[in-house]
Amino acid sequence: MDDTLPTTLIVNGERVTRNVAARQHLSDFLRDELGLTGSHTACEHGVCGACTVRVDGAIVRGCLMLAVQANGRKVDTIEGLSDSGEIADLQEAFHRRNALQCGFCTPGMLMAAQDLLTSQPEATREEVREHLSGNLCRCTGYQAIVDAVEDVLGSRRRGRK
Amino acid sequence: MNARAELPLHAPGATTDKGYIGQSVPRPNARRLLQGRGAYVDDLRFARLAHVVFFRSPYAHARLKRLDLSKAARQPGVIAAFDGRAVAEYCKPWVGVLGHLKGIKSPPQFAIAIERACCQGEAVAAVVAETRAQGEDALQHVEADWEELPVVTDMEEALAGKVVIHADLGDNVCFTRGLDTGGVDEAFAKADVIVEETYEFGRHTGVTLEGRSILADYNAAEHTLTVYHSTQAPHMMQDVFSRHLGIPEANVRVICKDVGGSFGIKVHVYPDEMATAAISVMLRRPVKFIADRLESFLTDIHAREHKARVRIACTREGEILAFDLWDLTAIGPYSVYPRTSGIEGNQVVNLTGGPYKHQQYRAQMNVVFTNKNVTCQYRAVGHPIAVALTEGIVDLAAEKLGIDPAEFRRKNLIPDSAYPYTFPSGIKFEKLSHHQSLDRLLELMSYKELREEQRALRDKSIYRGIGLAAMIEVTNPSPAFYGVGGARISAQDGATLRLEPTGMVTCIASVTEQGQGTEGAMAQIAASAVGVALDKVRVITGDTGVTPYGGGTWASRGAGIGGEAVLQAGRALRSNILEVAAHILHADRAELDIVGGEVVNRLTLESRLPLVELGRVAYFRPDTLPLKFQSELTVTRHYTPREYGFTFTNGIQACLVEVDVETGFVKLLKHWCVEDCGTIINPMLVDEQIRGGVVQGIGAALYEECLYSAEGQLLNGSLADYLVPMSAEMPDIIVAHIETPPRQSDLGAKGAGEAGTAGAPGAVMNAINDALRPFKARVAAQPFTPQRVLQALGKV
Ligand code: FES
Ligand code: FES
Repeated sequence: MDDTLPTTLIVNGERVTRNVAARQHLSDFLRDELGLTGSHTACEHGVCGACTVRVDGAIVRGCLMLAVQANGRKVDTIEGLSDSGEIADLQEAFHRRNALQCGFCTPGMLMAAQDLLTSQPEATREEVREHLSGNLCRCTGYQAIVDAVEDVLGSRRRGRK
Repeated sequence: MNARAELPLHAPGATTDKGYIGQSVPRPNARRLLQGRGAYVDDLRFARLAHVVFFRSPYAHARLKRLDLSKAARQPGVIAAFDGRAVAEYCKPWVGVLGHLKGIKSPPQFAIAIERACCQGEAVAAVVAETRAQGEDALQHVEADWEELPVVTDMEEALAGKVVIHADLGDNVCFTRGLDTGGVDEAFAKADVIVEETYEFGRHTGVTLEGRSILADYNAAEHTLTVYHSTQAPHMMQDVFSRHLGIPEANVRVICKDVGGSFGIKVHVYPDEMATAAISVMLRRPVKFIADRLESFLTDIHAREHKARVRIACTREGEILAFDLWDLTAIGPYSVYPRTSGIEGNQVVNLTGGPYKHQQYRAQMNVVFTNKNVTCQYRAVGHPIAVALTEGIVDLAAEKLGIDPAEFRRKNLIPDSAYPYTFPSGIKFEKLSHHQSLDRLLELMSYKELREEQRALRDKSIYRGIGLAAMIEVTNPSPAFYGVGGARISAQDGATLRLEPTGMVTCIASVTEQGQGTEGAMAQIAASAVGVALDKVRVITGDTGVTPYGGGTWASRGAGIGGEAVLQAGRALRSNILEVAAHILHADRAELDIVGGEVVNRLTLESRLPLVELGRVAYFRPDTLPLKFQSELTVTRHYTPREYGFTFTNGIQACLVEVDVETGFVKLLKHWCVEDCGTIINPMLVDEQIRGGVVQGIGAALYEECLYSAEGQLLNGSLADYLVPMSAEMPDIIVAHIETPPRQSDLGAKGAGEAGTAGAPGAVMNAINDALRPFKARVAAQPFTPQRVLQALGKV
């Protein structure tokens, strides 16, 4: 029932090897086996985006991917992005704008926002709203989140010039 | 920054510095959440932790003829399996009634139901395992034989009572309330215009992103229970665990670390959570339960589900003479403990017609049992119903009279000069600002221009609508809300402030943080009241073993009640610090003040003594102070609102929508809210509270409904099927404030957390109906889905 498979992956730059239950999804693996509790699960059926992490550079829903599928791949979580400083400006903007209340959606939201910031640096306000619409936030009403992301779009654009 | 505060803030003509009060500073506690370093219950790690899962009734109403847990108990990883009787040995049942809701009745409710399940999802067994997955595997091996019983899901059938759910209670009526000022028939007889409409409100639920979470850790050696709980009311839960599990209250400690949203969902007693605590006692080890999303939809309290018929009588000139209300609401099979499920209907009676100055009012309200999940207090309790039906009928009257809706409201809103004012339902307003708010709103939204644009677009077959919704809102409740009815729910809150030897201030408050920014607001008040920089304050909340006793967070009370306690404690600490300073400096106390973390000369502001030096002397060298003098650098103060039962706020919202009359889709273009929550501690936090509330109200109006089949089966219990607002559909929301601080407290803060949810559905409904006006079509049943819009248009 709990068949396990040896699985090796790079999580936040660190190589980890574990015998992983075939049925365990990536979010449970990160949270329960590695203690990386920054990624949350709020639906476990792919709708809310709270579990968003990065696998080989692309954002995925950790609850829809099996941990064993991450074998040999690179996984980045909110803890890694925080420590590397990659999204320090985004986190700062979220803080300044109060783009979070309870914070449960926030790690996933930051992942999705960073994805937009890197893939669509010229995004409009509408496009920001569109891109984040796979991430449920029940607290904020979204506006401050959109404002914060717009701030960073602007500041990164200016930084490039 | 100059952090001097000379409160009261609202002293007439006061020009004194308010310190951090009124400033949009970021919340210090947000940083850990931004880095994924929060500590929600499910993030905590415990040795020997067991996980409990529940075997829940698949039927809405059924007798459990046989339950066999033996096979489940033998599954891998399973530690134990219990039925209702076993858990009842450790956890006493409860009855959700309150003394001041006359005649309210409800059957006893057990942590795990015994013999009979009265709604789908009611737990009848618990399986405890080493992992959640193993527990869920074992659930497949629970054997149960059921005998289905007759099901009541329709409110009106429940009221008619052909099938009675709880035979012992005699009928399906949980609670009823009538109210009559006496002259309603007369007012209707002399009215020039009478309008009537029936409004329906679907059931919806809170959908906190973090599901309900509890980790109970019983220590048999000490007979102590420590509960890590995602809750809004730790002291209330401490009392409940103590009384129902038979553990002395002093031995129960409830700790809430980070809470992932609550909105009223996490302020009730849930059977599965009580069972988790009981099982921790039974197994003498830590036990955890986290509701998954499917369980959340099935068992988190639902709310609303009302059907209300309302009539108003008006003169030809547009004066409202009377309101006449009939309301029916269904609450599931139990009144929820300990707040009861009678409060929402009660609020609808209290608040309907609330912004207006008519003198005659009659209401009849029935609360009935059904075989669906329970309903109880969710954000804005009753307000969204009262506001929508009041504002809907007011718009209809204005239309019939040919008066612009804004103008009609201006004619009828209680004048700003009329306070204090007693509304016909008996509720009292200290001071409201309806007219100022209306004026501000119309200016903010450029009402006239919008109307012109609306007309111009109609010629091009673009159907836009503008909807207004005025409202009043209950905040800062006194003991009149629960305490007088016998509930052990604190209406007072406390704060302890301590000057540390380093000059830092620690603030320990009994109100709790759910993300709304309580800790940030308390820090702002503490810093301002003591006279230190904001980064010199640390706030601790959410631990019954540490904080003063208090009610926690509900009914928009955190800032107004908890904040006042912090303010008073801060003032007292400031005074005590100055006393110590006077001794150290051999100065006259009256000449001294505290600014920016230093004792200064009050007049010249010249620095005399940094607090860090004062702290050193007071804590480590008190031998240098006079022999008879003892410094007191820790103070505690409490606050209870008493003069008024509730501190009412008011506000008004507006919504601009475009309706696609071919598809029935409603596009939200913009939303405005002007709100008067008295003294604003942090405008940025308040605005986000309002916006978040508006979005939940929009969800109720357009998307959200817990749909049940006639057999009582929830049809859409997943996030894929139950629609919630996402960022792409939401409009920008413009927020503005009027500040009318109540005189009851020195801080003058009223609540703001529920206003958005209270007013938005009414504004959205009126906007849709305004857009549909050219077609003489109206919608009155929430949520206003495309299908309902098309039905109103006669297209389907
Ligand atoms: S938990 Fe993965 S999308 Fe909701
Ligand atoms: S901040 Fe609570 S869900 Fe987004």
